[in-house]
Amino acid sequence: MTEERAATGEFPLATSLRIQGRVIGALCLREVITRYGRHNIGFLWLFVEPMTFTLGVTALWTALQRYHGSSLPIAAFALTGYSTVLLWRNMPSRCIGAIRPNFSLLHHRYVKVIDIFVSRVLVEGIGATLSFVTLSFFFTGIGWINVPEDILTIVVAWVLLALFGASLAIILGSLNERSELVEKFWHPMSYLLFPLSGAAFSVDALPPAAQQIVLWIPMVNAVEMVREGYFGSQYRAHYDVFYLVSVTLILALLALILVRQASRDLKQE
Amino acid sequence: MIRLENISKDYATRQGRVRILSDINLTIAPGEKIGILGGNGAGKSTLIRLISGAESPTSGRIVRRMTTSWPLAFSGGFQSALTGLDNLRFICRIYGVSTEDKIAPVEEFAELGRYLREPVRTYSSGMRARLAFAISMVIEFDCFLIDEVVAVGDSRFRAKCEEELFGKRADRAMIIVSHNASYVRKHCDRAAVLNQGVMHHFDEISRAYKYYDKLMK
Repeated sequence: MTEERAATGEFPLATSLRIQGRVIGALCLREVITRYGRHNIGFLWLFVEPMTFTLGVTALWTALQRYHGSSLPIAAFALTGYSTVLLWRNMPSRCIGAIRPNFSLLHHRYVKVIDIFVSRVLVEGIGATLSFVTLSFFFTGIGWINVPEDILTIVVAWVLLALFGASLAIILGSLNERSELVEKFWHPMSYLLFPLSGAAFSVDALPPAAQQIVLWIPMVNAVEMVREGYFGSQYRAHYDVFYLVSVTLILALLALILVRQASRDLKQE
Repeated sequence: MIRLENISKDYATRQGRVRILSDINLTIAPGEKIGILGGNGAGKSTLIRLISGAESPTSGRIVRRMTTSWPLAFSGGFQSALTGLDNLRFICRIYGVSTEDKIAPVEEFAELGRYLREPVRTYSSGMRARLAFAISMVIEFDCFLIDEVVAVGDSRFRAKCEEELFGKRADRAMIIVSHNASYVRKHCDRAAVLNQGVMHHFDEISRAYKYYDKLMK
């Protein structure tokens, strides 16, 4: 990147960030066009797809009159619960096995392994966020749920969970380059984690001993925090922000180490 | 200038670590054209991947003071679900150059007609290679990496490629890896021979050629 710096005379870090931003932007566009094409509604699928998932789950839970242990309407429960699942579950699924089909892109000197991961995580994150926001407006508009009580808490919880999902995604994506067992395990793991993630239950409804245990699962803390922000006065939330932040930071550090190792050991078939 | 300092590259295999390149030293000055000869499995493509930055060396250091191209006429980077035009746009975005003024040259050079706006998966291998070469000519580099003979399309198209590369870009540095000695002789100032991961340098191409000839027997 020496060449570009010489041309513009800016700081090395600024040059690197500019190049990386450019590359990640290009990769995101490529990803979106490849996945959703330009047919029918095109890139709108980016958030219509996760929206249909959440809507489907809402419909299913409503039909089954699912007991979730709180007085909240089911739509409110499904929206806050299932949207968060999309956030932490889809990011790893998209990053596992992301390198192999894109290996040849690494011949372009500016493209690094981490850019491929970050672009996929970004696309997933933007899709899940747009879906959550759109459905929030929709359900509020038709009067099924109330306007969020504390938007800042929701945003903080959402961003923390997104960072958690992104770190997990990059860790699993990097490890999968070493052993494909990761891919084999993630599938059943993500299924098993779904009922445990807090999406489908309220911590307050559990016996105190069980509460202590489930709060070790980072996602549970984030979901509870989203619900606190949404319905604070009608909902007894249980969570530990400090724990969530610590876990996320540790995972993020681990992700950076592993991605570095993975890009060093990469080899073309 | 590009300089490889004591470069070694190992790969982990089921039978343990295998050394593909050992202790390679090489310096390429601006405008210089270097041929690297080697038989199958000599480590030529690995060397190119290290220089392009797609892989990292196990030990040693690569100093780059010139912009280097991706391996020329290499078409693996295409996303086959996207159109040729989308792939061109992607490359332009990565290198931070505008696309609009590049479309006409690529259209003209690759001779794809309306297929430029069709998914790459519908292309024949010749069309793919023509698009790859045309896109390679859109971004300007100080040093071009050329893996094997640029054997793209029919002889008329090949002549066009040669003119574009060795005619119009005669001032650039080039690293040509090939098993074709006469191709290297035609285009390079000096040559080295890669044999079982070890690089042998020669001042004169004819010496390199003789050595390589002997190896191949």
